[in-house]
Amino acid sequence: MLLNEFLILGAFLFCTGVYGALARRNAVLVLMSIELILNAVNINLIAFGAFRNNIAGQVFALFVIAVAAAEVGVGLAIVMLIYRNRRSVDLTEVDLMKG
Amino acid sequence: MIAENIAFGILAAAMCVSAFRVVTTKNVVHAALYLIVVLAGVAGIYILLAAEFAAVVQILVYIGAIVVLFLFGIMLTRAPIGHEADLDNEQRWAALVVALFLFGVLGSVLVNAFHRVHVRPETVGTTSDVANSIFTTYVVPFEVVSIVLLAALVGAVVIARRD
Repeated sequence: MLLNEFLILGAFLFCTGVYGALARRNAVLVLMSIELILNAVNINLIAFGAFRNNIAGQVFALFVIAVAAAEVGVGLAIVMLIYRNRRSVDLTEVDLMKG
Repeated sequence: MIAENIAFGILAAAMCVSAFRVVTTKNVVHAALYLIVVLAGVAGIYILLAAEFAAVVQILVYIGAIVVLFLFGIMLTRAPIGHEADLDNEQRWAALVVALFLFGVLGSVLVNAFHRVHVRPETVGTTSDVANSIFTTYVVPFEVVSIVLLAALVGAVVIARRD
C-alpha cells in the first residue's frame, strides 16, 4: 500500500471538513465538519505510526479521539444554549458583534 | 497485497462520497447518517494499517457516542426534519475556492514528498503495545486527558442547565 493513498485521503477529508465549517449555516453541521477534520488528522497520525513502526501514532490518535469527544460535548451544550435564547441555530443570525 | 488495495479502494470511495454528501446535503439528519459512513470507513482504514485498538475505539466512541450526541443536538435544536430551504450561507463559493486551493497545496506537497513510498505494517500495533505505551511513556497525557474529559463534562452540564 502506498503511503500517499492514506495521506491524500486524509487531505481530501480535511479539505471537505474545511469547506463544511466555512459554508454551512446550521451550527450542528459546522460541528460535524470539524469532526471530519479531526478524523482526517487521525488517519494521518496512524498512517505515519504504521510507516515508522512507532506506537506513538496510535496513542496520539486515541488522545485526539478523547479530546474530540470532550469538544463535541461542550460545543453542543453551547449550541443548545444559543437555541434556547434565540430560538434558532442559524449562524448567519448570530451577528451581534458585527460592526 | 491485492486484497488490501481493493479494500482501500472501496473504503476510500465510500468515504469520499459520504464526506462530500455531509457538507452538501440539504437534510440535517442525512448529514449525520453520512457522517456515520465516514467514521466507519475511518475505522476500516485503521484496520488496514494494523491499528486494531484504535479501530475499535473509533467505532465505540465516535459512532457510538459522538454521532448519538449529534442526533440529540439536532433533535433538541428543532432542526427541520426533512428538506430545508438553504443550509449554506452566502460565502460558500469563497469557501469552495479555499478548500480546493488547500487540497491542491496539500496534494502537491504529499506527492512531492512521499512519491512511491510504501507502508507495510510489519508488526501489528497490538492492544498490549498501546497499553504499555499509555501507562509508561504517556501516562501524564493520559491523566491530563482524564481531567480534560472531567472539565468538559462539568462545563457542558453548567452551560446547558436551566436555572
